[in-house]
Amino acid sequence: MAEESVKLLGYWASPFALRVKWALKLKGVHYEYVEENLPNKSPLLLRYNPVYKKIPVLVHNGKPLAESLLIIEYIDEAWKQNPLLPDDPYERANARLWAKFFDEKCVPEVMGAFASKGEEQEKAAKARENLKMLERALEGKPFFGGDKIGFLDIAVGWIGIWGRIVEEIAGVSLIDAETMPLLTAWLNNFLEVPVIKACIPSWHELLEHNKGFHKILTGSST
Amino acid sequence: MATKVKVLGVWCSPFVFRVVWALKLKGVEFEYIEEDIFNKSTRLLELNPVHKKVPVLVHDDKVIVESLVILEYIDETWPQDPLLPQDPYERAMARFWAKFADEKLMQTAWKSTWTKGEEKEDALKATKEVLEKIEGELKGKSYFGGENKYAYLEVAIGWINYLIPIWEEIASIQFLDPKRFPAITAWKSKFLDNPLIKETLPPREKLLFYLHERIKQREIDATIRELAETKLEN
Repeated sequence: MAEESVKLLGYWASPFALRVKWALKLKGVHYEYVEENLPNKSPLLLRYNPVYKKIPVLVHNGKPLAESLLIIEYIDEAWKQNPLLPDDPYERANARLWAKFFDEKCVPEVMGAFASKGEEQEKAAKARENLKMLERALEGKPFFGGDKIGFLDIAVGWIGIWGRIVEEIAGVSLIDAETMPLLTAWLNNFLEVPVIKACIPSWHELLEHNKGFHKILTGSST
Repeated sequence: MATKVKVLGVWCSPFVFRVVWALKLKGVEFEYIEEDIFNKSTRLLELNPVHKKVPVLVHDDKVIVESLVILEYIDETWPQDPLLPQDPYERAMARFWAKFADEKLMQTAWKSTWTKGEEKEDALKATKEVLEKIEGELKGKSYFGGENKYAYLEVAIGWINYLIPIWEEIASIQFLDPKRFPAITAWKSKFLDNPLIKETLPPREKLLFYLHERIKQREIDATIRELAETKLEN
């Protein structure tokens, strides 16, 4: 069998790179990880992702791919073991829709709360409202994927880490155990799964890194 | 026999056209329901309470929203005349270019029509850069699907072929210089000649008028805002 080469260009503090790591690990795919020294983008990154110039980039047998959710769908199709998306077209559509909803309606609100100076409580309230909606996709299952981790779990899971960081730095509440019991239970469950937990960067380093960002974004001292 | 497939749409939306084209190319019968986006029906709000937008695909009792998600659903549910290629990498690239066109082209090109001065120049430049990337993707092929084969990108970014010429006319600008974009120009010509596409396109004059009105309304709103701000300062 021909040698297969899989490379992931990422950044230790990026939740989008983490998504892809999780997908690769769950599939048992061996890959070489290349840390980008952001903000100094390497010539390799610029060559592999000339359109968006961002990580993560997956390079499989020399062919590059960008955009984390697209990469995860690719991983699911290129390696058939341990499927991430369900078989049924309607369930697949729902998984994709919720992932899109999370990226477009939850993440900007969370970032808004993080970057705001004076409006963080308002933005956090909006973020909570939208995050709460995700519980509809859980419907009493242990994971979004059902009995095991699936596409939507990987897409959303990072909010359990970065969400807590934003809460601490910006002084807001995002994932409230009382009003979001299903989401809270799911996160506690998901982040403890060994293959998931093993990829998570150091809490302390992530916190310090983001405190720096917060200072810049809000022009304040933390 | 009751129709099992329904599409809720509006006559001028490129996102709706994607869904209509995909179903027609696959020979899937459906009922089309025109919605009034300025006066959204209870039916639309019940079917799409989260986004409140068209297109909405209803298949038996299943409701799917967001045009690119709908395309994938259509391709998976009715596998004849596949839109996406078989190869995982080619599938991923097709999805990538559709996303890219939505994020980088649509808003920028539309912006070029109603902005003025430096803002207009910047939008125009950004639009052409995006078109260059798409031109590069199409080079050497008659269609994105290959020779004589309509595929995912025809459906997903075919809107370029009828909307861009209209925007060009409204704003008296040129995005698609045939010399600079020969592949897109050739593709556009074949695309607009296709009878299936032709019969679904909105009447040109109606669309021109509608977009003119939208731009005028923008200018009126901007003037009102300016006046309101001036009054506040005084």
